[in-house]
Amino acid sequence: MSVAAPPVPTRTYRRLPAWAPYAVLVVSLAVTAGVLTSLGALTIASMFFVSAIVYAVAITVTSTVVEGRRWATDRLATTLVTFAFLLAVIPLISLLWIVIGDGVERFGPTFLTTDMVGIFGSMVEGGVAHAIVGTVYVTGIAGLISVPLGIFTAIYLVEYGSGPVKRGITLLVDVMTGIPSIVAGLFAYTMFLVIFGPAYKSALIGGIALAVLMTPYVIRSVEEMLKLVPNELREASFALGVPKWLTIVKVVLRTAVAGITSGVMIATARVIGETAPLLVTVGTIQAMNWNPFDGRIETLPVYVFRQYAQGGPAADRAWAAALTLLLIVMLLNLIGRLVSKFFSPKGGR
Amino acid sequence: MATTTPPQDQSRRGTGDRAPGRLGNVIFKGISTTSGVMILVTLAAVAIFLLYRAWPALVANAEEFADVNFIEGNLWVWVAPLLFGTVLASIIALAVAMPLSIGIALFISHYAPRRLAQLLGYIIDLLAAIPSVIVGLWGASWLMPLVDPLFAWLSSNLGFIPLFADYTPPARNITTGGLVLAIMIVPIITATIREVFLQTPRLHEEASLALGSTRWEMIRQAVLPFGRSGMISAAMLGLGRALGETMAILLILSPGYSINFNLLQAGQHNTIAANIALHFPESSGIAVDALIASGLILFAVTFGVNMIARWIINRRAEFSGAN
Repeated sequence: MSVAAPPVPTRTYRRLPAWAPYAVLVVSLAVTAGVLTSLGALTIASMFFVSAIVYAVAITVTSTVVEGRRWATDRLATTLVTFAFLLAVIPLISLLWIVIGDGVERFGPTFLTTDMVGIFGSMVEGGVAHAIVGTVYVTGIAGLISVPLGIFTAIYLVEYGSGPVKRGITLLVDVMTGIPSIVAGLFAYTMFLVIFGPAYKSALIGGIALAVLMTPYVIRSVEEMLKLVPNELREASFALGVPKWLTIVKVVLRTAVAGITSGVMIATARVIGETAPLLVTVGTIQAMNWNPFDGRIETLPVYVFRQYAQGGPAADRAWAAALTLLLIVMLLNLIGRLVSKFFSPKGGR
Repeated sequence: MATTTPPQDQSRRGTGDRAPGRLGNVIFKGISTTSGVMILVTLAAVAIFLLYRAWPALVANAEEFADVNFIEGNLWVWVAPLLFGTVLASIIALAVAMPLSIGIALFISHYAPRRLAQLLGYIIDLLAAIPSVIVGLWGASWLMPLVDPLFAWLSSNLGFIPLFADYTPPARNITTGGLVLAIMIVPIITATIREVFLQTPRLHEEASLALGSTRWEMIRQAVLPFGRSGMISAAMLGLGRALGETMAILLILSPGYSINFNLLQAGQHNTIAANIALHFPESSGIAVDALIASGLILFAVTFGVNMIARWIINRRAEFSGAN
């Protein structure tokens, strides 16, 4: 396309050149480093914050002098917005850094395959095998309940529901997303207490608690996916005389299967790290328990918390278990995203 | 294709009860509807079971709590400071997280290049995926030493303001707890605000720029007014999340049962959720009932906050210029 070149702006001299912010940044960093070193307070944190302030002041002043107040405000806003973003990334990086750094010490095949029977005091042995089994049980039970429930609720909302009932359920699902996790734990605890009496303890109770938290996530993501399935597909199927339920199973769900899979994996990743509800329901135990329907069971998040609270060599185990948990969560997230990226029908977004 | 349909087929089509898949339709619709109703039932069950177990504690007088070492007075006297601590920690979290989230959302929606923005959005989402117990661990071992010099400076230079008085390390106080909560609610607030900002009508933005606005003026004229209700509801959602967070507070805060604004002192406040997690495993009898009652109160508060947030979002969805 040939378009006449726009007239050259006549007031370019009023703007700072494109390299000016970088120059100001370098100067600010150098000045800050110099001053902080002379004060003996040079740490990464102080460097970051002080140089950010110095830069913000410097660029605003420079810009006010050269470009005037309006553009100076704009530059200040740009600086603050960028700073806000960097500030949010720091926790993430430092968190990954210290979990990996502190966790890798004890982490390894032995850690993953031993339990805590006979470990006490200052012994450095012991591992998370029993906690991994417990986490798989509890999360598995939660998934068995909330995945079908979530998928069918989403089907109801997208394919069948209408009017106030649909709106009511949508609203309550949203509100349910915000249930404090510890309240979900108390609910499961009281339910089993009322129905089965105080003696009954098992992974099932924890599973119910997590299911309360997981179901709204599943509904949300599946609903989004079903809404993306084009109506033409449904109409084509109806036109061929396929009954509605078969259309949903064979066309709608089949088309959305990648999105549903990824949604379920991300929902699982969300609840697998929940600690509070498991702390009040399944408690903690040192030994392996292979039976999900009888007896206390250890889970990874509770293990992390208990070991950390104990301190000493147990804290190392806490970090290693935190690393294990983080790896599981990140893996689930990653697989979920990859599935939705590579297997979703194109053009839906 | 012109084919003549066999007459018996024609007659069968007329009788509705032989329509193919009819039974399947009924069953499938039944299952779906039941699932939808199950959500209502679950929420009702949560409220009912909690209320059932909490009732003895709700009506108990102070003498009945005499054996419970962590409860003094009757239930309401005991819950009030906890509720205060919960709200205080959440407000601190919100005060820190809100400007930060608006900045991040603006950075992703209006400052970062498009391809980069997607990646950045993903990074922020990653923050949401990290289990709260790990964030708590991180807060206790990384953030606490980091904020220590800052708190010491505040206390020695601004200590005449009661808010900042009498800091003694380690920083096991409500402010550190609030900061960690802020980290945890930033992703949900950012995600909501970002969605709203991205919906700002393109024409408003272009009109503003065409009149010679700088980028910041455009944001102030077009983006922020459009996103105001979205920002309010995002704040409410974040507040709801912060009210219920347990592990971060449990791992960081040194608990206490006072109502005051000594933000930098340890052993002053506690939150309902952290208090339940702290005492529940070792409690029995009326103490359990009292803890469940406090959980019920927490449930009611977060339920209300979330309802209001959703109400604002839904009201906006109907009237916004984006649709």
